Amino acid sequence: MATIEKSVVSEPRVIAGFDVERVREDFPVLRQTVNGKPLVYLDNAASSQVPQVVIDRGSVYLEDEHSNIHRGVHYLSQKATTAYEGAREKVKRFINAREAKECIFVRGATEGINLVMHGHGRKFITSGDEIIISAMEHHANIVPWQMLCEEKGARLRVIPMNDAGELLMDEYDALLSERTKFVAVTHISNALGTVNPIKQMIDQAHKYGVPVLIDGAQSAPHLAVDVQDLDCDFFAFSGHKMFAPTGSGVIYGKAALLEKMNPFQGGGDMIKSVTFEKTIYGDLPNKFEAGTPAIASQIGLGAAIDYLSSIDREQATAHEQELLRYATERITAIEGVRVIGTAREKTSVLSFVIDDIHPHDIGTILDQEGIAVRAGHHCAQPVMQRFNVPATARASFAFYNTKEEVDVLARTIEKVVEIFS
Amino acid sequence: MSELSELYQQVILDHNKKPRNFRKLETANHSAEGFNPLCGDHLTVYLNLEEGAVKEISFEGSGCAISKAAASMMTQALKGKSKQQAESLFKEFHGMVAGDSVVSDEEDASDGLGNLKVFSGVREFPVRVKCATLPWHTMHAALNNQALISTE
Ligand SMILES: Cc1ncc(COP(=O)(O)O)c(C=O)c1O
Repeated sequence: MATIEKSVVSEPRVIAGFDVERVREDFPVLRQTVNGKPLVYLDNAASSQVPQVVIDRGSVYLEDEHSNIHRGVHYLSQKATTAYEGAREKVKRFINAREAKECIFVRGATEGINLVMHGHGRKFITSGDEIIISAMEHHANIVPWQMLCEEKGARLRVIPMNDAGELLMDEYDALLSERTKFVAVTHISNALGTVNPIKQMIDQAHKYGVPVLIDGAQSAPHLAVDVQDLDCDFFAFSGHKMFAPTGSGVIYGKAALLEKMNPFQGGGDMIKSVTFEKTIYGDLPNKFEAGTPAIASQIGLGAAIDYLSSIDREQATAHEQELLRYATERITAIEGVRVIGTAREKTSVLSFVIDDIHPHDIGTILDQEGIAVRAGHHCAQPVMQRFNVPATARASFAFYNTKEEVDVLARTIEKVVEIFS
Repeated sequence: MSELSELYQQVILDHNKKPRNFRKLETANHSAEGFNPLCGDHLTVYLNLEEGAVKEISFEGSGCAISKAAASMMTQALKGKSKQQAESLFKEFHGMVAGDSVVSDEEDASDGLGNLKVFSGVREFPVRVKCATLPWHTMHAALNNQALISTE
């Protein structure tokens, strides 16, 4: 019976218009209660939830296809390889890469950035060179560059921001010079919600012939990304923030740059031939994918991309924007609440502090009411220092959130203020 | 909200608002800094130890209501205590909030804790246990001449 093809999960239905209640049905996790209250999941910037079609795709892989890829002549291995490489094709279309081989599968944005630091940075950056990052980077886009600077004697330069959480473009202009050898900036800040004018920033860097890495961890789930139109040199994102399982992620790189880079890790799958004298590395993308990857997770990422293309993303984004607008209005009306991050261009992240109440206490009280938010420094300690707060509470939205959930959030924040009054 | 009111008892809220012994101690001969990198809590505990006893104790820093109140009430509880008494109160307190009491039943674990018992509600909030114990760990480090501790 081994030859019976089990149908590979029904294709997601295309939804006309945007019906949030209908979309919520796709996400089984949202049906649960926490402390006897319906779950209000507002921690999407940390990890978003997974729709049933993605869960099912993972089960199909484990039930019918599980085996190692690129290695077997046997039936299952071919099936797994086809599914895995199929996911890469979906990623290619999702970000509009020229070729699928430019999409390297990694564990997430962090691993993607580290891959570029090791493969490109350690090969091409030397003493006296400068690397530009921004004041609103996640630690994942600070620490690897700091490590590189330390190793090479290069210098890290930081684009400052204003009190609204917007990068100062004049300062960026002034930082760029012949010494600049790399620029790494985030598309959207996970701590502030700011959307940076990356297309313009990439253009400016290219005038100096400088390659640019975009940290797309927060933008891939919310905005349509076109790496050719942006003309970015590298683009990193994580599956678990865009409705796919953990362990999936992508670093996109222009083929010409990837070809010139050193491999990241050495091992199986990334070679053409190995002798004790010499190893010849494999072609793209294998050169950067040593060892057995997270096959099920990456196939899940492919399914998540299918799911996203089944909903009207423009309307989904409009819905998220409306949630952000409404939540900002409701929350700023509460006495003592201050929003951190008030950029004109913002998406789906609402960071706030309350006078004399620590975000940790806010988080605990919200959790008692079934509301999941993040309280802390959001892996962006320099942002906390810039705004002179130890931490913030952060509500972050996905298209499956509702205005009613925002009402629950606002009411509970009022309760927090009351408890501490 | 009953577990919440167990956690945020009036006494705790009051110490959070008006922390006692909240200052740098000029006469300190022992001090240590404590960090909780997870939530950014950060405090320094100052001790003036004379003849094996806590003559003066104070703290400064920033943190959540639980850690601030725990530090404040700790300074009140420890003033005048011997080093040994301080260490054993630390054990009792830790046992109460973390639920890993090492004191045998006969010696009723919470006997010496007095009003520190208001922190027993923390036990229901596993992620907050470290907030309550950070000041105590830091005090313990200061007593034993360690300069820096971190709860991770
Ligand atoms: C802007 C940004 N960059 C990078 C990362 C790191 O992503 P991951 O932990 O999935 O590697 C995150 C996740 O928190 C993020 O928000």
